[in-house]
Amino acid sequence: MTETAPLLEIRHASKSFGAVKALVDASLVLQAGSIHALVGENGAGKSTFVKIIGGLHPRDGGDFELAGRPVDFKSTAEAKDAGIAVIYQEPTLFPDLTVAENLFVGRQPYTRYGTIDRARMRAETRALTARLGVEIDPDREARGLSIADQQIVEIAKSISLNANVVIMDEPTAALSGVEVDRLMGIARQLRDEGKGIIFISHRFDEVFALCDTITVMRDGQYIATNATADVTEAEIIRQMVGRSVDNLFPKEPAEIGDVVLAVDRLSRDGVFDDISFEVRAGEIVCLAGLVGAGRSEIARAVYGVDRYDSGTVRMNGAPLRRHSPTDAMRLGVGFVPEDRRKQGLAMTAGVQTNITLAIRNQLARLGFITTRIEAEPAQEWARRLQVKTRALDTEAGMLSGGNQQKVVIAKWLATRPKLLIIDEPTRGIDVGTKAEVHRLISELAGQGVAVLMISSELPEVLGMADRVLVIHEGRLTASIDRAEATPERVMYAATHGVEEVAR
Amino acid sequence: MTAVIKTTPARRSFGEWLFRARELSLVLLILIVIAVTTIAQPTFLFNDGGLRDLLRTPAMLIVVAIGEAIVILTRNIDLSVGSILGLTTYFVGNLMHTAPGIPVLVDVLLGVVFAAVLGLVNGLLVAFLNVPSLVITLGTLYAYRGIAVLWIGGNFVRPEWVPDGFQGFGKDGVLGIPWLLIVAAAVMVFFGWFLAGRRTGRELYAIGSNPDAAVLYGLRTRRLTFITFIISGALAGVGGIIYLSIFATGDSKVGTGYEFQAIAAAVIGGVAIVGGSGRIWGVALGAFFLATLGSALPVLNVPSLWQQAIVGLLIVAAITLDRVFFLVRQRRARKAVMV
Amino acid sequence: MTATTGQAAPPSRYLLHDKPLWRRLLLRPEAALILALVLVVVLSIVLVPHYLRPNANYTFSTLLLNAIPILFLLLPLMLIIVTGDIDLSVGSVLGLSSATVGLAVQAGIPLLVAAVMGVLVGAMAGVINGVLVTVVGLPSLAVTIGTLALFRGIAVGLLGTTAITDFPPEITKFFSGSIPGTPIPWQLLFWIVLAIVFGVLLHLTPFGRGIFAIGRSIETATFSGVNVNRTRLILFVLSGLVAGLAGVFFTLQYSNAIGSNGNGFELRAVTAIVLGGVSIWGGRGTLIGAIVGGLFIAALNKSLQVFGVGDDAIYVITGVALIVSVVIASIAGFISRRRKVQASVA
Repeated sequence: MTETAPLLEIRHASKSFGAVKALVDASLVLQAGSIHALVGENGAGKSTFVKIIGGLHPRDGGDFELAGRPVDFKSTAEAKDAGIAVIYQEPTLFPDLTVAENLFVGRQPYTRYGTIDRARMRAETRALTARLGVEIDPDREARGLSIADQQIVEIAKSISLNANVVIMDEPTAALSGVEVDRLMGIARQLRDEGKGIIFISHRFDEVFALCDTITVMRDGQYIATNATADVTEAEIIRQMVGRSVDNLFPKEPAEIGDVVLAVDRLSRDGVFDDISFEVRAGEIVCLAGLVGAGRSEIARAVYGVDRYDSGTVRMNGAPLRRHSPTDAMRLGVGFVPEDRRKQGLAMTAGVQTNITLAIRNQLARLGFITTRIEAEPAQEWARRLQVKTRALDTEAGMLSGGNQQKVVIAKWLATRPKLLIIDEPTRGIDVGTKAEVHRLISELAGQGVAVLMISSELPEVLGMADRVLVIHEGRLTASIDRAEATPERVMYAATHGVEEVAR
Repeated sequence: MTAVIKTTPARRSFGEWLFRARELSLVLLILIVIAVTTIAQPTFLFNDGGLRDLLRTPAMLIVVAIGEAIVILTRNIDLSVGSILGLTTYFVGNLMHTAPGIPVLVDVLLGVVFAAVLGLVNGLLVAFLNVPSLVITLGTLYAYRGIAVLWIGGNFVRPEWVPDGFQGFGKDGVLGIPWLLIVAAAVMVFFGWFLAGRRTGRELYAIGSNPDAAVLYGLRTRRLTFITFIISGALAGVGGIIYLSIFATGDSKVGTGYEFQAIAAAVIGGVAIVGGSGRIWGVALGAFFLATLGSALPVLNVPSLWQQAIVGLLIVAAITLDRVFFLVRQRRARKAVMV
Repeated sequence: MTATTGQAAPPSRYLLHDKPLWRRLLLRPEAALILALVLVVVLSIVLVPHYLRPNANYTFSTLLLNAIPILFLLLPLMLIIVTGDIDLSVGSVLGLSSATVGLAVQAGIPLLVAAVMGVLVGAMAGVINGVLVTVVGLPSLAVTIGTLALFRGIAVGLLGTTAITDFPPEITKFFSGSIPGTPIPWQLLFWIVLAIVFGVLLHLTPFGRGIFAIGRSIETATFSGVNVNRTRLILFVLSGLVAGLAGVFFTLQYSNAIGSNGNGFELRAVTAIVLGGVSIWGGRGTLIGAIVGGLFIAALNKSLQVFGVGDDAIYVITGVALIVSVVIASIAGFISRRRKVQASVA
């Protein structure tokens, strides 16, 4: 059998953003007619890798060859022309345009009279979507299409653009069971047509069912490539997690006290169902699970930023009013959100302004607040968290990711919360600051604060949590104590439904 | 191959459908207005110039509203169209007076160019300096109006200045249809075709629908935004020239407040105030409806002084209803997804 | 557990400010504006011989009297702009309030009650704006363009072409007069109180901190416990209320209730605010800046009038000033953002 050049080959790619090394040494070889899985934890560098392949970012170093020829994309348009299509988790369609128009945006076919040939667009759209096994009305507007359908439209678009390489970035994160099957069928179809698919996913059942090859990344580095047939789930997990978990996170033992947060049968139609758990003073409870399982939604519902349909939340016995962050704050809840830039910080405001935002009411004397009044708490908390900045009025947008996260945490610690909810505490942060944040959380627990943490990084979960609550597709599938928590147990509960885990 | 799955179509209530089938509702509304007014005062329609006036008065608003609609489609707004209209009226009238040797057609063309340049200023500032169109056109609304006042002062275009042929064009028609309406119809047909049938036209919708995605896909956002303001200015100028041919006069106050009528016509005609959707055909009908209403009110003994209030009310009502229906549809779609 | 990768340990005490005070003050947009204001006044004094003469009291007081309606309107409007919204209907609300007062007085209603009615009409207008923006969720630009036309239209419709000029002369003299021996109009005292209230509200209360937070990032504000919609609603109501009050004062000052009262005031108010260094995109600015902006425009107008340029030039100047100031703000923002990106990557 002749050795044809692989469809796509990247070797030793590297990429840094300022001081943050997102990719250190990443490699991937994609053959035609293959579905190639790319797995790794959060922060392993998969997203950056994909963005480089897709032409969004230029790489700093390494070789990139497409069908044997070296390439260097300066824009997403160039990558598209070369036959690379990326389907993101959140598709970007034009809501007011029809499905057919979205598919052909910018390159609508003309009739011989010089007008757009709607009939042809319609027919081709129908044909494409039918080929993918879906019946979508080409004339309906894209607004209101489910995420699954939007993805189909994106995939159809990539096919019509004659893409050879289709990258799917966590495509099933927002899909239901039926839609996942449909997507997998489409992937297989594309493979059979000779295209190469890079499939990024956390869900091992899908990865093992669908992909013939699995590449593992960790900490921005290439770890290994495995033929699916020759490897087990456990082995993959080991490659992903790699290092020994023990010494990395300095968790101090803390005295566990009374129940602070009591969540009972919390449900939100279509998002999460029947969630009940407790968090005690001094305890660190971690919500683990795959991206899109609903953990952030649960936390936000508890805090009051999102709604919920039924169930109750109690703080130290007192009922927490639905959909009212003010009430939550009053009862002593703090919330460090997932997206620090958009939800945690006012990027154009200074460090002091950010740190004192949540305590503005408490700081006020006789209803008034001044910069001088704000300065003291700002000094204190910036110092305690060791925020690296020249001055307190430096704009938050100018700080490094790690320091930004410290400012957000400082803001919430300043409220002296009884319960701190913290969503992805160390996402996108350098290793050193990560350790600092973990130390902080540990200290907090030691001081009697109840901590509810959400994390997608297994080592972090296993290292920090007194108890791990695993969420799978909006349901609580397992509650595992620290002593019994292993990566395998957590991963299993994260990837399987309630009934299976119970067995 | 996996089973074929149908996606949920959007279902609507009848009332919503009626509102959404905008053009049909507007035609109905226009007929109702005409009918009611004619019943109250038969000379409204059945008069020497009745039908003619009914058909030619909207021409001005149709043209200006189409220009405004094109700007709104891309998620911008042009508040200066009234001022541009007024300036152009005097510009052309004055030109006809001071340079009678120039053929009328050239005068008209120069007027359009003049107006287009005024729109170009808007376009430059909005598209290339990234300044919100609201602020820029608010500034040019007053700047241009101020220039008009400074330039024109108490002066005004006199009917003697305007050649008879030009005035005749404003009055006459073919087969009972006034020339002016034909002009407006031509504008409507051209832009309707362009927006629906050409890639560039569809790009405008895309830019208004999702500006970030538009940039991501490499659509020519800057250049097209720039051009929309030139078009808006030029069409406002055409409106001013139509004014001149109808009234053969023009002072420093012409066009004051007209931008609101243009915006109202666009919004009533189905253009979303945030951009991304709307049909030119609908805008023309919206303008026709509004202009006819304006003619009907005095006949119905509603003082035309109330016209501005009605325009404002229609704007608010149209965008509110649009939004309410949108929210209802969204809620219904969300429920349908939850399986 | 050690500290991080070899960088210097953070200071035990931080500097409050990155740059020294004088540099900070100089870099602020308000500084440029105050400079421009001083320049205009000085130039006028130099070039126009009778600017400072004994008659000058009169000139200065008319300058201030002309500026006062705008100074009223811009107080709540500036707060609205800081949250990222806008209220273009302020001029029309002033006109509507004026119409209400005029018609009420004409109908024999005692002046005080008529004045209260005017203020209440303004507040109601503010409620309409606020509800459409916060409850229905419409963009404030679209809503206030519609209500600009609607409220103006109602004022014109109610008054028709008539002007109501019959007001008690003692009252109108008060509102158009000044403290004896000074150029300070009596009205200004009311305004000073209101300006202090708004200034304190914005810069010295938690509510004001919340306003800035909304302008910078609505999501962050929500997460930080700011009641975004309630704040926005309150601001729109305040805007209507103050515009209503301004309408009462304006009517009594000129002893004239006519449908065109307040025409173009929204332009002047927005221009004043933007000139004053308030970002049109929200999240930044000082009330003092907006006030100085208002004074600057008034001074500019007055100087031009004294030079013999007509009243109509005001519109051109104001329109151009608005455009120029936004363009400058946009370019300045672009430059500073580029500088920051370079600094952070370095």
